[in-house]
Amino acid sequence: MVLAAVVVFVPRMPRWDRVKKSFFDVEQMRDSLPRLLDAFWLDIKIFAWTTPAIFIAALLIALARNSRSPALFPVRMLAAAYTDVMRGVPVILWIYLVGFGVPGLGLERPFNSPLLWGSVALGMTYSGYVAEVFRAGIDSVHESQRAAARSLGLSSAQTMRHVVLPQAVRRVVPPLLNDMVSLQKDVALVSLIGPIEILRQAGIDKSKFANFTPFVLAALIFLAVTIPLTRLTDYLWHRERRRTSGTRVAA
Amino acid sequence: MTPKVSLRGVTKSFGTNTVLRDLSLDVAAGEVVSLIGASGSGKTTILRCINLLEQIDDGVVLLDGDEISAIGRDPNPVRRRVGIVFQSFNLFPHMSVTRNITLALTKVLGLGSEAATQRATELLTRFGLADKAGAFPDQLSGGQQQRVAIIRALAMQPEVLLLDEITSALDPELVGEVLDVVRELKGSGITLLIATHEMAFAREISDRVCFLHAGSVAEIGSPSQVFGAPRDERTQQFLRRVRSN
Repeated sequence: MVLAAVVVFVPRMPRWDRVKKSFFDVEQMRDSLPRLLDAFWLDIKIFAWTTPAIFIAALLIALARNSRSPALFPVRMLAAAYTDVMRGVPVILWIYLVGFGVPGLGLERPFNSPLLWGSVALGMTYSGYVAEVFRAGIDSVHESQRAAARSLGLSSAQTMRHVVLPQAVRRVVPPLLNDMVSLQKDVALVSLIGPIEILRQAGIDKSKFANFTPFVLAALIFLAVTIPLTRLTDYLWHRERRRTSGTRVAA
Repeated sequence: MTPKVSLRGVTKSFGTNTVLRDLSLDVAAGEVVSLIGASGSGKTTILRCINLLEQIDDGVVLLDGDEISAIGRDPNPVRRRVGIVFQSFNLFPHMSVTRNITLALTKVLGLGSEAATQRATELLTRFGLADKAGAFPDQLSGGQQQRVAIIRALAMQPEVLLLDEITSALDPELVGEVLDVVRELKGSGITLLIATHEMAFAREISDRVCFLHAGSVAEIGSPSQVFGAPRDERTQQFLRRVRSN
C-alpha cells in the first residue's frame, strides 16, 4: 500500500524532475559504480576482521560475567564495567578518541594507522553489546541443564562448552544477526577519521559532480549485502530448529 | 559391612527454610530403598546431596565409608560413581539421543567415540529405543525421554543410581514403560535410591521403604511393614491421605 502510494504519488510532486536528476541519475550511477565498489571493499575488509574479534572478545566477557566462583568477583566487576563503559559512549566518540588518540602516541608504522585503531574502536564498542547478547543467552539456559551435565561428572568448563554455550548461542542468533547488520553499517563511521571507504567515496563523488546519486548508490550497495546476509542466516537458523524440534503447532 | 551410602546427621537449609534436619540413613550395596513422604519432606534434597549437587550445612555423607561431603573436595570422581535421573528428564535438547549418552562417556570417562557409541547402542537396544538413536529429545514422548535419561546415567556404569520422582512428569499411560526399566535394574548389583510418589511401585520394588517427614526419617522398614503396619502416626496419616485420592 505504502509502496504503491510512493510509486504513484512521488513522481507527481512538483519538483520530482529535479530530485530525480540529483538523486537517481543513471549516468552518474554508472560513472560512480566502480569507484564505490572499490571503496566498499574496504568496508567489507573492516567488517571481516572486526567480526571474529568482536565475537571472541564478547564471548570471553560474557563468560567472565557469568563466572560463579567467589574468587572471580573482581573479574566479574571488570567485565561489567567494560560493557557499561563501552555501551555508554557513542560509537563515533570511541572512533575519534581511539582512532586519533592512539596513533597520536607516535607509534611506528603500521601501528599508527587510523584505519587500524578505528577498527579497534568499533570492535571495542560492539564487543560490549554482543557480550550482553551472549550473557542473556547463557542466562536463558535452565539451571537443570547444568545440573544434568554436572551430575554426569562433567567439569564446569565442559558443561559450559558442550551443554550451555551451544544452546545459548542458538537462542541468540536473531539478536546477534541484528548486531552484525548494525556493525556492517557502522563500519562507514571509520571514514570520519580518514580511510576512504564507500561513504567517504560517495561524499567525494557527490562534491565533484554536485549530485547526490552516489549516496543512493551506496545505500543500494549496502542493501545488496545486508539483505542476502539476513535471509541466509534466517534460513540456516530455521533449518536447525526444524532438525531438532518436535511437531510444529499449526498456523 | 560398610554401607554403600550413608548420611549421618545431615542438615540442609535453603535460606531460612530447613529442608533436612539431622537426617541419618544407611543404604547397603545393591539395596533398593524408596523415599516416600509429602512434597517438601526432603526426598529430592537427599538425592541431590548424595550427588553433591547441593552442599550440606552439617553432618556427613559417606560413599563406601569415604566422606564425600567434605568441603573443597572435587565432586567429579564421586559423580562418576553416583548417577542421578531427574523428574524433568533434563536431556540436552541440542544433541541427538546417542550424543546425549556418549557425551560424558567421551569427556569424563575418556572412551573413544566408537566405544562410546557402541555402549550407547547396546543400552538403547536393550531398552527398546534403538530406532531413536538419531532422534532429538523434543521428537520423543515423555516416557521415551525419561528412558533415555536413565540410559544416559546407566551408561556411566554407576555404583549408585538416584531416581528423583522420575515418573512425576509423565502421563499415566507412560509411567509403566519407565518403571519397567527400573524393575530390570533391580538385582543387577546397582544400589538404587528412589524418591517416588508411586506407592504401589515402591512397595513392589523396594527392599526397604523410608518415610520422610519434615526433613527427618520418621519410619524405615520393609515395604510390607511400612505400608501394611505403619508404626509412626505421621506415616499412617500420610498413607491414609494418599490412599483416599
